[in-house]
Amino acid sequence: MSDARGANKGMSDAPQELVDAALAASTADGCIVLVHDHTEANLRWANNTLTTNGRMATRNVTVVSTFDHADGTSVGVVTRSVSTPGEITGLVDAADSAGRAAGPSEDAAPLVEPYGHSDDWAAPPAETGIDVFAGFARDLGAAFDAWRRADRMLFGFAEHQMTSTFLGSSTGLRRRFDQPTGRLEINGKSADLTRSSWAGLHSRDFTDVDVTAVAADLERRLEWARTRVDLPAGRYDTILPPTAVADFMVYALEAFDARAAAEGRNVFAGEAGGTRVGETLSALPLSLRSDPHHPGLECPDFELTSNGLWLHQSEFDNGRPLAPTRWVDQGRLAHLVGTRAWGGANAVDVSPFVDNLILDGAPDPVSIEEMVADTERGLLLTCLWYIREVDPQTLLLTGLTRDGVYLVENGRVTGAVNNFRFNESPVDLLARATHASEARPTLSREWSDYFTRTAMPALRIPDFNMSTVSKAS
Amino acid sequence: MPELDATFLALPARSLAAAALHRADELGAEHADFRLERQRVAHATLRDGKLQSAGDSEDVGLAVRVVHDGTWGFASGYVRTPETAAALAEQAVATAKISRVLSSEPVVLAPEPVYADVTWVSAYEVNPFDVPETERIARLRELSERLLAADGVDHVDASFTQVLENKFYADSHGTTTTQQRVRVEPRFEAVNVDRGAGRFSSMRSLAPPAGRGWEYLTGTGWDFDTELAELPDLLREHAKAPGIEAGTYDLVIDASNLWLTIHESIGHATELDRALGYEAAYAGTSFATIDQLGTLRYGSPALNIVGDRTAPHGLATIGWDDEGVQTQAFDIVRDGVLVGYQLNRQMAHDHGATLGVDRSNGCALADSAGHIALQRMANVSLRPDPAGPSVEELISRVERGIYVVGDRSWSIDMQRFNFQFTGQQFHRIENGRLAGQLRDVAYQATTTDFWGSMEAVGGPQTYVLGGAMNCGKGQPGQVAAVSHGCPAALFRGVNVLNTREEGGR
Repeated sequence: MSDARGANKGMSDAPQELVDAALAASTADGCIVLVHDHTEANLRWANNTLTTNGRMATRNVTVVSTFDHADGTSVGVVTRSVSTPGEITGLVDAADSAGRAAGPSEDAAPLVEPYGHSDDWAAPPAETGIDVFAGFARDLGAAFDAWRRADRMLFGFAEHQMTSTFLGSSTGLRRRFDQPTGRLEINGKSADLTRSSWAGLHSRDFTDVDVTAVAADLERRLEWARTRVDLPAGRYDTILPPTAVADFMVYALEAFDARAAAEGRNVFAGEAGGTRVGETLSALPLSLRSDPHHPGLECPDFELTSNGLWLHQSEFDNGRPLAPTRWVDQGRLAHLVGTRAWGGANAVDVSPFVDNLILDGAPDPVSIEEMVADTERGLLLTCLWYIREVDPQTLLLTGLTRDGVYLVENGRVTGAVNNFRFNESPVDLLARATHASEARPTLSREWSDYFTRTAMPALRIPDFNMSTVSKAS
Repeated sequence: MPELDATFLALPARSLAAAALHRADELGAEHADFRLERQRVAHATLRDGKLQSAGDSEDVGLAVRVVHDGTWGFASGYVRTPETAAALAEQAVATAKISRVLSSEPVVLAPEPVYADVTWVSAYEVNPFDVPETERIARLRELSERLLAADGVDHVDASFTQVLENKFYADSHGTTTTQQRVRVEPRFEAVNVDRGAGRFSSMRSLAPPAGRGWEYLTGTGWDFDTELAELPDLLREHAKAPGIEAGTYDLVIDASNLWLTIHESIGHATELDRALGYEAAYAGTSFATIDQLGTLRYGSPALNIVGDRTAPHGLATIGWDDEGVQTQAFDIVRDGVLVGYQLNRQMAHDHGATLGVDRSNGCALADSAGHIALQRMANVSLRPDPAGPSVEELISRVERGIYVVGDRSWSIDMQRFNFQFTGQQFHRIENGRLAGQLRDVAYQATTTDFWGSMEAVGGPQTYVLGGAMNCGKGQPGQVAAVSHGCPAALFRGVNVLNTREEGGR
């Protein structure tokens, strides 16, 4: 079998050469070129059977052209799928034309100058392919057989992506990063679909995925659900597992917008033009932080505006070095996200977005098992789903429990409960959490398409608001 | 009538297709289809009338899908040569072979007539990519600055997204389609900040995204000048409005809000792949299972739902789907009873006898060459009552209730039972008349209870084609644009929450 990418070999289309060619063709005063070379492979299954699979390859080149005028600096940004080096000239022309015609940009800042780093600029782009799943697929096939024999069904999705990003600037800055992003989401159901359980995890290469252990955990939860208890809406003593805490904390990260807070228009707005930076948010001395070098959650240590959720970013900041950042430091709100231009103009210390998130620092961590043992009557959740912002003033979110809400009585799980719709704010949860476990790597189910690199503790909330009952199973 | 874009027609679609389909045939595929797709997307965002960001991106790719020995195989790439197109066919067949042992039932597609060489272009007047970016941004700035100058408006967010989508499709049975769609999404939101009260409020234009061109911003299909002139008064009243007392209320829901409730509680719930469990681990399943076809009472007799891929300016409107099926309109709910589902060719074959159909209704779409065609949503719309009442007449039938306008927050469970929606404006109804705005309102219900409580639908004069550009589905995730037309409607006895109380305040 020949390889579609292989058919292109022999042409000088190395990403590094595309960067250099675009910089050479630029007529702008400043120019940043970004090449994203992306490959991905995936497997999807339902009812113990593979349903779809695929292997995809894309290459996008973005050119940022800046022009200095008497009244400021304008910018043009154009992205194209580039199939041959010959397409670079047209792309640069388009970016230059857009930048020349544009008005001054509020986010303008001098392009980032070169600085020391240890990137291997010359190495070819990293790739992934379907063979990353070789061992995983064998184990999954065995799990299908076992589950079929036990009259249970597995559903799920495994994906591995590799994005090699090459950044070149007219200042001489060169950065590159190879980002592997893998995830497994797996859902186990009884044959009559009345009992359901779920597990999700992030992996850099799938060598650390233990399908047998994951399947055993799903089985244990399905056994818990053999006893079914109906409970009404209300406030419950609730143990949120790390995946659910990640769902909430990524929403908090998305609200760390310094400009919106200073303008009085988000949950972190303070009095009289200020923000809530400095305010204590959590009773437990927890820290919510990002670190590009956190083991297992490595992400680029330079800014890329192609990352960033929907936070305020500036194309001028591409390449800016990223440092470990504490958004909440031992319970106290410490930093917000902003651009260099906005921070400078408003004399506010702002930080760039980093593509991972960690909540840790509980001085006396309590494991989930210990939380269960210590609960007289409460709920243990599996995961959450369909979370949306209801009120930006309080960052009130609504969503559903999913795939297993377990009743805890006198220190042990005694059955499964109906699902609920909740209404809760991550800021309030930080304030009300009474216990936290050690942080461990987890996958937010809600954000698994966009933000996979998280490490979170379980949190115990004494009065979690289960607003209404859902009939979904 | 706009024409197909010359730069897309200049791509070597036919030679790539010939190479891919020939190679798939040589390798023994019983079905093969080839797509060459190009998506051009431009966006601009302004904050307080100042340009925040603007960008223009283009994605071009090719994809080959085969059925080989009864099994699907798919591959996609970006290099546009006959050699790579043939290599993608090889990859797709190889993938099908690997998957063979894991598949149970052979894939068979429902038949569809051959469309030898057909073209289709959506209904718009001005391709927004033909309008200089400076002119587009100037219009957004003008509207933003007018809003910002109004009393009580402290901040204005504006954004504009424009898409030019080209799809070339060719299959091993002889169908060849070349299509072009244009869509735009303008958004304007005004913000009031009350520093003294430590509170902020916002209100957004009710303009939906539309299958239209730049003319949408200059008076065709929406009157932005008039609407945005009225927005500051509405925002000021909203900011000072009292909070709702939680409880049970009659609701008159405007088309600008109801479209999203239709999308979530009917549109997704009547996707047959969901009802069959294919999406169980991700978006979920559906309470509307296929064994209830013809018997499930979805709502009151006033509920008549149509799936329509032909509605002019609809975001899901197209001539042929990504399986070469000519699009159509079909009933989903008739007089309150479930009568149909959204289909692709495989499901139309496998369940044709139960469904009483012998072909697909044309609901297979991929969002790009990089993804397989999934069953995606048609424009799923609520029919108005041809002689139905106006919004004012609906309001006049309510003693104590709320008139809900504009969409905001939405969430629904994985079987499409329990939902909760908020909105842009909530007007108190007292004794058949509007009596000032309320705030902090969310309405919450179970799907069949809610549609069962629908006493009346408005007439055609209340009908608006709403919609969204960001409907997500599948793994890997795909994004689709879809419209939902609906009249205003009257609902009795709906559970209403106070969102500040929900947050423990």
